[in-house]
Amino acid sequence: MNRDKKVIEVRDMVKKFGDFTANDHLTFDVSEGEIFGFLGANGAGKTTALRILCGLSLPTSGEITVAGYNIYTDRERIKQSIGYMSQKFSLYEDLKVYENIRFYAGIYGLGRKYIKARTEQLLESLGLQDVRNKLITELPLGWRQKLAFSVAVFHKPSIVFLDEPTGGVDPVTRRQFWDLIYQASHDGITVFVTTHYMDEAEYCDRVSIMEAGKIEAIDSPGGLKATYKAKNMDEVFLAIAR
Amino acid sequence: MKRFRGFVIKEFIHIIRDFRTLLILFALPAVQLLIFGYVVTNELKDIRIAVFDQSRDRFSRDITNKIMASDYFIFDGYLESSHDIEARFKEGMVKQIIVFEPDFGHRLMREKKADIQLLADASDANTANLVVNYTTAIIQDYILGLHTDAGGPLRIQPEVRMMYNESMKGAFMFVPGVMALILMIVSALMTSITITREKEMGTMETLLVSPLRPLQIILGKVTPYVVLSFINAVTIVVMGYFVFGLPVQGSLALLLIECLLFISVALALGIFISTMAETQQMAMFYSMIMLLLPTILLSGFIFPVENMPVILQWLSYIVPAKYFIIIVKSVMLKGTGMAFVWKETLVLLVMMIFFIANSVRRFKIRLA
Repeated sequence: MNRDKKVIEVRDMVKKFGDFTANDHLTFDVSEGEIFGFLGANGAGKTTALRILCGLSLPTSGEITVAGYNIYTDRERIKQSIGYMSQKFSLYEDLKVYENIRFYAGIYGLGRKYIKARTEQLLESLGLQDVRNKLITELPLGWRQKLAFSVAVFHKPSIVFLDEPTGGVDPVTRRQFWDLIYQASHDGITVFVTTHYMDEAEYCDRVSIMEAGKIEAIDSPGGLKATYKAKNMDEVFLAIAR
Repeated sequence: MKRFRGFVIKEFIHIIRDFRTLLILFALPAVQLLIFGYVVTNELKDIRIAVFDQSRDRFSRDITNKIMASDYFIFDGYLESSHDIEARFKEGMVKQIIVFEPDFGHRLMREKKADIQLLADASDANTANLVVNYTTAIIQDYILGLHTDAGGPLRIQPEVRMMYNESMKGAFMFVPGVMALILMIVSALMTSITITREKEMGTMETLLVSPLRPLQIILGKVTPYVVLSFINAVTIVVMGYFVFGLPVQGSLALLLIECLLFISVALALGIFISTMAETQQMAMFYSMIMLLLPTILLSGFIFPVENMPVILQWLSYIVPAKYFIIIVKSVMLKGTGMAFVWKETLVLLVMMIFFIANSVRRFKIRLA
């Protein structure tokens, strides 16, 4: 892992929807293996930015590279190098646990034997061996979430994008979820996560705080607290949002 | 290709796990065919008929009695003058008025020829047609009986049989129509729903982020439905043959190829709808309004397009099912080949290309 290596580079990214500017000249970098928190109130423009980085949407202007590839010309290669987990967890409820893993691993072109072996490994580490033949509908929310994350990083992407991954779960489950994120980061996967839970911001290596389409602050949680003379991230956020 | 296969397997699992989908896919064709073939036949029952009998002789009364004795009709009284005719029709209960000319019986005996006028309420064109046909059949039957009584030559009357064969003709009309309807439902409705379901569940985004190309996603989603629609088309042809005695006069291969073409048009429409609809409900709603209703109403399947207002007749030209039904009827019933249906085939082909091109364009706009 090389903390000096930039895996996401964004320069003057602008996204307009008609007259509305959702992203106003965003500029930031994310280093390899970093857990990068993308914070902001609802409607601040963080999901728009994340969608552009994932290739779900094209920017109006700006220079952007993801995993070393240009987002205008190398989209296909970017897609192979990233993982994505949305707010909705993206698992098929009418498919069984192992069928979901097999499907997602399959669309990333992994071999059948490899998938089989890794699946057993994964289910064991998550403690989900007993439910491998259950439908996703039958699993509690927290389990689904962990599984969704594991599926998103199953093909060992260099970056994983998480769009408000912990919405609607209790603090204990959230903490367990973050253990998975740390594990991924430890394995060298860069984590780009949007959230509006301020306690989660504390877990990130660095955070950026967006307000009305602009990045207002970008630093480590400790650095931000020092700059805004705040006790916690909540106060930092309130100081910026006013 | 490996990725694609995994995708198609996943789609099949979705279909197998969803009881409602299975029901629509396999019970619907059989049920609809039987409903349209048997229940919604063109049979008449209890149609009210009035009589304006200016002759009032034995023959006119016998004919009247014979007509009213059938299950199809109910006697609604005699009219006193020709002025009443319009009034009775306007009341709306009476669907047909039979007018016997003065001296009906005499002319029939003397000149072997007399006139009966059948006035039908053609505001419901189909029923009017049937009522007139049935009545004519009964009158002919009566006249035949007269000849026999009078010691005249016995004649075999194939025309009467034809008239009573109405339900068979109905099945001939309905089978191609039901085929169009079912292929439309399975292909267009089901595809638009299954694609919008991915949008609703949020899985579509995950698919779009993955290395799968949009075209692969769409093809992966529709492939199972092509297979199932095709099975349905074959089922209908087989059922039409064994249950309704509907022959395939022309080339079976041509018929199946045309079915595949129509399925492709319907799938293209389904994909097109799914690019507009955000939820499954919306997809269902659009499919109903844009596909099913026109297929039922404007394709000439149940209601003859010729009797419709001009504007609806124009509209019927953009209904794909209209062309498909023409093709199926030509190939199945008349046994014609490509030389006679190439125009309709071309129209369907153009429609398919148009909708696919538009869907791909809309798909790209959505991404931007």
